[in-house]
Amino acid sequence: MTEVKAETEKIWKQRPEWPFLLFLLFVAVSYVGLVLLMLGANVLTVSWAELGRVLKDSAIQDSIRLTVVSCTATAILSVFVAVPLGYLLSRYQFRGRAFLDSLVDVPVLLPPLVVGLSLLILFNRVSLSEGCGVLAFGFFVAAGFAFFGTVGRRRIIPFTLALLGVFMAAGVIMLGGEASRLEEVLGGVGLPMTFHPLGVVLAQFPVAAAFAIRTMKTSYDQVSPRYEEVAMSLGCQRGQAFKMVVLPQVGRGVVAAGTMAWARALGEFGPILIFAGATRGRTEVLSTSVFLEINLGNLAGAAALSLVMIFMAVLILLLVRGFLSKGGSE
Amino acid sequence: MSDFLRVENLGIKVGEFSLDGFSLAVGEGECVSLMGPSGCGKSTVVEAICGLRGQWLRSGTMVLNGVDITHAAAGARGIGLVPQDVVLFPSLTVREHLEFGPRLRGWKRGLIKERVENLAEGLGLESLLGRLPEGLSGGEARRVALGRAMALCPRLLCLDEALSGLDEERYEEVLAMMGQVMKEEKMTTLHVTHSRAEAEVLGDRICQMVPV
Repeated sequence: MTEVKAETEKIWKQRPEWPFLLFLLFVAVSYVGLVLLMLGANVLTVSWAELGRVLKDSAIQDSIRLTVVSCTATAILSVFVAVPLGYLLSRYQFRGRAFLDSLVDVPVLLPPLVVGLSLLILFNRVSLSEGCGVLAFGFFVAAGFAFFGTVGRRRIIPFTLALLGVFMAAGVIMLGGEASRLEEVLGGVGLPMTFHPLGVVLAQFPVAAAFAIRTMKTSYDQVSPRYEEVAMSLGCQRGQAFKMVVLPQVGRGVVAAGTMAWARALGEFGPILIFAGATRGRTEVLSTSVFLEINLGNLAGAAALSLVMIFMAVLILLLVRGFLSKGGSE
Repeated sequence: MSDFLRVENLGIKVGEFSLDGFSLAVGEGECVSLMGPSGCGKSTVVEAICGLRGQWLRSGTMVLNGVDITHAAAGARGIGLVPQDVVLFPSLTVREHLEFGPRLRGWKRGLIKERVENLAEGLGLESLLGRLPEGLSGGEARRVALGRAMALCPRLLCLDEALSGLDEERYEEVLAMMGQVMKEEKMTTLHVTHSRAEAEVLGDRICQMVPV
């Protein structure tokens, strides 16, 4: 009994908290210190004269303009995809869901050059009929999963997927002898992609959208499905419940997803270089400008451009933080 | 009294929990209080009747006002639910909560206004109509949830422990108000509770669920 009492007494003797706090502080200082040193090294390398010179350079001005426009377009596109896809992944249980969930992250995990190379091959090496064939196969596999999956009486989903598969298969037959590449077809309707400014957006999109989808899924996960259930008991269809009850609650998530996509697009380099190229005044964005300046042996110019990128990234972060702290929607 | 709601041999399976052979009949305009120990499946039954647990349903039939609703969509059943966890929509004001169902159903504006005013008066919500759910007291939130469920004049009102968690003073106040409004509206009601006193005040009949 005395032994038990002695053991119990030990519980009340609190160990000091400072070793743990010291550990937290060490990790925080190490990481934040590294980030600050990186930024500081950039700032110290840049001369104001060099910064003024690059900002007056018309090619760099074009590059800044294309960066802002392409990042904004990519962010908007990413949000358009992330809002529904994040909801699908957050709310629905179906066979193949884990596969789809993993597939979303693939662009993030792939080496950036591989993303660019894949786009280049898709647009310039794969014929339309081959593309339709791959899609038809994918739709039929998805329809099979949906049919034998847990979607219950919702036969409309496998039916629609199978129908899309049939359309694609019909496309293969109709385009049997067609050797046109996607780039040729899109170029024919005035939407050239490869080594074109539009290609910059497409090169930025896969990774940026992956981040946006992940952010939106997390936002939806934080909203209880009970809201939709109650809304549906009041007469809403699933889509109406999403629009009227869920979407207003994930406003901050949408902004966060857009910001994440914008910031990610700003830093994109490999896929742009491979798919859109780095042609001065045409497909050059800030990340490729830095690369071009380094290639020309102009380290000071590259550092000045890096500073511009850091300024843009911090500015967008502060703007969004400001917007979120002022409320917006929950 | 003819059966307005008839539930027969309901079988539900959720993970390890299963319920078999549950049957219940509620007459038109009647309020039946469903009682039973925690975990016996009262809320699950109510949510199944409301059409929210279709994926868990294993057997049985549900008929409301002569129509088989066993596989009907939740919104097509004409059932108003006041859930245990209240679940008010954070971005909507109290007025928008009361208007929610009627607006969805395309009621005329004048009719919606009249209905909202009547409900707000009956439930003592007039001064709260412009407020968001954030900051409402537990009693106020429950009255809003009741008003939201009743606004559409549902065929059946389901109260799932709608008064749980209220302090004694608020409990008496909300209970009295609820009883009054339900009497005035003559709604057929299925009322789940732990409290025998509450069941005796609101219910015309008490059904006891026994875990098997």
